[in-house]
Amino acid sequence: MTDVLVADHAIEYTYTRSTGPIIGAFLAGLRDKRFVGVRASDGRVLVPPAEYDPVTSDDLTELVDVADTGVVTTWTWNDDPVAGQPFDRPFAWALVKLDGADTGLLAAVDVPRDEMRTGLRVHARWADERVGAITDLACFTAGEGEGVTQGTVGEPVAIVETPIRLDFSYTPGVAASRFLRSVEKGEIVGQRCPKCQKVYVPPRGACSMCGVATDEELTLSGKGTVTTFCITNVPSPGLDPPYVTAWIRLDGADITSMFLIQECDPKDVRLGMRVEPVWAEDKQPNIGSIKYYRPSGEPDAPYDDYKEYI
Amino acid sequence: MRRDVAIVSWASFETPSEPARNEVEMLLPVIQEALGKVGLSQRDIGFTVSGSSDYLQGFPFAFVGALDAVGAWPPIRESHVEMDGAFALYEAVNVLQEEGIDTALVYAFARPSRGELDRTLTLQLDPYVVAPLWPDARSLAGLQAQALKDKGVDVPDVPPTHVADGAVAVVLAVGDRARALTGNPVWIRGIDHRIEPPALGVRDLTVSPSTETAAKVAGASGLDAAYLHVPYPHQELVLRHALGLNGQTVDAAAGPTMVGGLERFAAAAAAISAGRAKRAVAHATSGPCLQQNLVAVLEGAS
Repeated sequence: MTDVLVADHAIEYTYTRSTGPIIGAFLAGLRDKRFVGVRASDGRVLVPPAEYDPVTSDDLTELVDVADTGVVTTWTWNDDPVAGQPFDRPFAWALVKLDGADTGLLAAVDVPRDEMRTGLRVHARWADERVGAITDLACFTAGEGEGVTQGTVGEPVAIVETPIRLDFSYTPGVAASRFLRSVEKGEIVGQRCPKCQKVYVPPRGACSMCGVATDEELTLSGKGTVTTFCITNVPSPGLDPPYVTAWIRLDGADITSMFLIQECDPKDVRLGMRVEPVWAEDKQPNIGSIKYYRPSGEPDAPYDDYKEYI
Repeated sequence: MRRDVAIVSWASFETPSEPARNEVEMLLPVIQEALGKVGLSQRDIGFTVSGSSDYLQGFPFAFVGALDAVGAWPPIRESHVEMDGAFALYEAVNVLQEEGIDTALVYAFARPSRGELDRTLTLQLDPYVVAPLWPDARSLAGLQAQALKDKGVDVPDVPPTHVADGAVAVVLAVGDRARALTGNPVWIRGIDHRIEPPALGVRDLTVSPSTETAAKVAGASGLDAAYLHVPYPHQELVLRHALGLNGQTVDAAAGPTMVGGLERFAAAAAAISAGRAKRAVAHATSGPCLQQNLVAVLEGAS
């Protein structure tokens, strides 16, 4: 049975997008508590508006004011809200066709479940603070609203920022788990390809050249040879310049790994230099348990030993 | 198609939640099984193409890492679509029209059990006026189900989004190469895919004009079976109507996201090569509420 490692993992990024004149006008309308659509080639009014006709792909330019009140054309009850949604309690999603529009706008509707139905008349409820984003429309709620707001829309919104975040319960896989467990014990294990005999460290469970499983495991001494390096002269979090990052071919491995080189003057680091790992006192199942590499004091490796790895 | 293309081998794997293996470790035996059944190795493959989504794995360029399961050395001709593997198969069928490319490996993989699929799928939506609300995939399917109900259609409840991990691999070959590799090549007689407008509120969610058009272009008539990719059960009704199915054997499945559509090709090919079907449709969908649909017509030797 494999000892599976699990770690929380998240990816998070705020996308910045330019909106263009049509979506920009729609979002500016929301900021002003009003809805703006666009007239399609067949005369229909699209809300939310599109820059191009969904059927003919023509450029669409004629903005049309529509009401803040409309009708539910379809809906669903969401019993299990997820992060980022308009409500953190059960609520309805609906497509709402606003008066004067011919298409549905996706939004939350704040009504009790037993009152939710197709055909329900609803009106917009606006967020207190509006920034020119779809979230300016807090939700719809039952009943009539203010109707159509006429007049010129404010300056179109040019940019929207949309933060995204996805959370994972990450597992690194069988081979990587075994590697990390070995690191926790102060050892470095690799795996040999049964076909080409290359040894991978860290092991990935497969030989990327042969496309076969690598199930033969072997323990390496941990010592290695510098195949190339870089001296960095700008600061990095936790690292004072100048510091040295090197690709090291571990003895017995057929691919190189990147580690820091410390306990020596950067100007003394060279290709072929023999190095050994310095382990953290409190070793964890992660690569940070190898704090850095340092010179081992052995004579330099001959060029032929590492020329394939430069 | 100038050159006839056939499915000559396939393998697939699905599990509710893969506990230990990563994507590469899960994919590798599936690819080896598919290649091994027809005695091929990666070096015999002219074109390799995959379908997957990096957002499911949580790493940029995760699809490149998956090439570890292929053995991409010496350098191979390779491509990827950030979609279900069925759309990768479409690319392969087109590349196989080139002289000199006689075999293709198509694969797909996903391990969505490690994340929150209902939210991950939000990232395929309009980023201006839809995605910032984080509508979950199941709720969007619910809008479609209600629209059907309002039309008087008797629809099943919308279950939670099908979360499963898995991989599938399909080997394609052209003409005589296909005949040499297997006694039962399953020919792809036609294939097409079509997309509907991205705005949900513009579409009539109760019908699938993209499926209708794709089926027409693919030549989907005279069928005795249909292998439908159905992420939510009510969508089978929409697809049956769009494909004009009436009395044919229908096999509908969701499969793992990114994998389920290509798996339909494997299922249809298995049925045809075993003599359980003669001429069948393999269908794949992508996007919310059947937004994009691919239809292929598969047939055994006449």
